[in-house]
Amino acid sequence: MKLSDVKEILNAEILTGEELMDKEVYSACGCDLMSDVLAFVKDRALLLTGLMNPQVVRTAEMMDIETIIFVRGKRPDDSILGMAKMKDIIIMRTEYPLYIAAGKLYEKGLGNKDRK
Amino acid sequence: MEPMKYHFEVKGDDFSVAGENSSKVKKILRQLGFDPETIRRVAIAMYEAEINMVIHAEGGYIDAEISPDKVKIVLQDKGPGIPDIEKAMQEGYSTATNSVRELGFGAGMGLPNIKKYSDDLVINTVVGEGTRLEITVNV
Repeated sequence: MKLSDVKEILNAEILTGEELMDKEVYSACGCDLMSDVLAFVKDRALLLTGLMNPQVVRTAEMMDIETIIFVRGKRPDDSILGMAKMKDIIIMRTEYPLYIAAGKLYEKGLGNKDRK
Repeated sequence: MEPMKYHFEVKGDDFSVAGENSSKVKKILRQLGFDPETIRRVAIAMYEAEINMVIHAEGGYIDAEISPDKVKIVLQDKGPGIPDIEKAMQEGYSTATNSVRELGFGAGMGLPNIKKYSDDLVINTVVGEGTRLEITVNV
């Protein structure tokens, strides 16, 4: 799925990386616990989270996660956005809660191919 | 060939910059042309350990030794030490405070995760004196 489709499905606002919407994503992870992201995310996934601090960006960097979508209408501050820009990480935000955002992407086929 | 050596200080009081050194090492490995999977394993193991240092031990220092066939990361802190290593190695066991959990960490996955991503992990810890972690990732 292209990031531009993700944006549309989640009615998301792009905060960094607007020029990268042609990128493809193949799986997603919905998680507020960075410890678990570090332990369980296997491939380059998109991260949906409601957690809001610089360690979210740092965790994404370590895991080679290229896109973070903040859920529940949260808006990251400039320190988070600045860090994401420096590390070429794409940031979006959506009003949907985590459960619904994940469900919408799953329903449209993101990451559900090999789990049925 | 002599390994390339790097030394880093870890501040214990600033969670917002925790992991900055792991980020630096990741960049160095990428510039040196290591394969992505090796880089990822080193980055995750070191990041977990660096976060641990900030959460539990008020900082310390890290030495990284990079050779063509392996990457060794040694982390030394002057923290409280680990009273029960066996428990600390269990997934889900954590002594982190609620404030740390609110930041998204402290799920008790740190040490098990470091072990999982490394080829060798040596822990020396003395209660009241500190902890030394030696993480080796083979290329």
